[in-house]
Amino acid sequence: MIATHLPVLLILAPLLGAILAALSRNGVAAWLIGLVASALTAAVAFALLWRVQAEGVISYRIGGWAPELGIEYRVDAVNAFIVVLVGIVAVLTMIFARRSVLAEIIPERVASFYTMMLLCIAGLLGIAVTGDAFNAFVFLEISSLSTYTLIALGRDRRALVAAYQYLIVGTIGATFYVIGVGLIYLVTGTLNLGLIVERLASLQSSRGLIVAEAFIVIGIGLKLALFPLHAWLPNAYAYAPSSAAVLLASTATKVAIYLLARFLFTVFGGHIDVGSIAFGSLLIGLSLAAMFLASAAAVVQNDIKRLLAFSSVGQIGYITLGLALANPTGITGGLLHLFNHALMKGAAFMAMGAIVLRTGTAKLDELAGIGRVMPWTAAALTIAGLGLIGVPGTSGFVSKYYLILGALEAGHGWLAILIVASSFIAVLYVGRIVEVVWFREPAAAAREASEAPLEMLLPMWGLAGVTIWFGVHAEWPAGLASAAADTLLRMVP
Amino acid sequence: MIVHFSQIATILLMVAGLYVVIARGNMVKKLIGLSLFQTSVYLLYILPGKVLGGTPPILDPARAVYANPLPHVLILTAIVVGIATLALGLTLVVRIKEAYGTIEEDEILAKEGPKENLKDRVRNRSKSGRGGTAA
Repeated sequence: MIATHLPVLLILAPLLGAILAALSRNGVAAWLIGLVASALTAAVAFALLWRVQAEGVISYRIGGWAPELGIEYRVDAVNAFIVVLVGIVAVLTMIFARRSVLAEIIPERVASFYTMMLLCIAGLLGIAVTGDAFNAFVFLEISSLSTYTLIALGRDRRALVAAYQYLIVGTIGATFYVIGVGLIYLVTGTLNLGLIVERLASLQSSRGLIVAEAFIVIGIGLKLALFPLHAWLPNAYAYAPSSAAVLLASTATKVAIYLLARFLFTVFGGHIDVGSIAFGSLLIGLSLAAMFLASAAAVVQNDIKRLLAFSSVGQIGYITLGLALANPTGITGGLLHLFNHALMKGAAFMAMGAIVLRTGTAKLDELAGIGRVMPWTAAALTIAGLGLIGVPGTSGFVSKYYLILGALEAGHGWLAILIVASSFIAVLYVGRIVEVVWFREPAAAAREASEAPLEMLLPMWGLAGVTIWFGVHAEWPAGLASAAADTLLRMVP
Repeated sequence: MIVHFSQIATILLMVAGLYVVIARGNMVKKLIGLSLFQTSVYLLYILPGKVLGGTPPILDPARAVYANPLPHVLILTAIVVGIATLALGLTLVVRIKEAYGTIEEDEILAKEGPKENLKDRVRNRSKSGRGGTAA
């Protein structure tokens, strides 16, 4: 009985949890509700993955209404992969958040903080499971509005400006997306992704569709921080409360990438007129710019959170590069990097959250020698950094290996060389952190600090551990990513 | 020209709104532009829902042509989203005014010079406390 309702339970758990957390008005109760709700979400996500692997695509009709009239939730190998990622990160972030939130958020706002975290998770999962283009917009706005609030809860007053700027840019992005969806609705008369694909086949003129693609790609591009549209991201991540930064860095942009992949391959890829326009090479160009320029910007940052944020923009470049290659190996590499990057960046931001908790600063020059007093935290940060470089033995190596194979398969040997070359920029920024954290004499901040509490170390090392585990035994995530890539490409003629 | 009058009006609103968002430094004016931009999308959706000679979509044996009700319902949702965004945006502007004493973007950027960063650093350190004792 419950098994048939899994797709909607996935959204209901965090959504109802958010309402309960808001009503509780009590920080401890709200955290417990958040923990239970996100644990339920993660359990449902794994159950969904298991069912999709056993039975294939799950189609769920909200309220029993058939598609066309009603909204359909559709879970296949691609969504299941994303949903599991969000579930894992959500539950680990909740465990991590308690101590960090106690220190960073004003007590009377703690309950609302967890409410917003749960709403954000509900929105992200909603985007991932829905099979309806307009419903995706509604969930996009649910997650975005809660994200703006989360960022504004940061203690620094610059958090307010960062939240405001993200609100402006994010709303423009969402509105662009909804304009594109409106144009698709005008040419096909439906909002269901499956039906759109069917009806596009008999479309007379592709003009409306090309305009729709432009609007949707730019709109989602703003949300996923595609290279020239990333200006909102560094400040948003740097000034958000630490636990919010963990959730955003590991899930928000990743779900937007999923949505982009869904539209590029499932919707537009099915139509030959649009499939043949030169968008692929444009995306390759932007991805390369992100890989080099954003990573180079990361090298000169002094605030480690900002450094990690710029590195995120760069790493997103690798993911979109994989999508732009549009062959099975390339997309597998892109999706695998999406998964691996979410886990390692989550570990890195958790380490920074622990360091901020103990020292009150994220500035590189003030954190000299912090590794000697917080060895476990600094080690997790280092492992995540090695993953960002793509050192063999970490999961970052596996996904970059797939990307290079994909580039060679597509006949772009130069791309493979550029992937390797850009990794050396990551060596520079990770090297700066490693040098300051481990090899310098402890500064004032480090002398007063002590190791992070166990409840923060556990989720942090959970993520750092899988970064190594998936670097050695990559079969499970690679299998999921490759199944997702096959599902995406089946739609391409 | 006359044929596409409604579309042209929609595009003009859209571009005007987006222009205000980009060109203005005042944070409230930016939000007004953003609202204008979102409103143009409401028109984009609702206009094609009009069917010439159609009646409101209420089943009646005497009528055969109905207007399309779906765009209206979709836009009802979009309006709610728009209101939520505007409300949140204005709340942030109020908080920014309290924190900075201004809502002009260039003045705020000027206040975040390197000197200010140093002050913030000291303030943050004394504020965030250690080991969760702040709660």
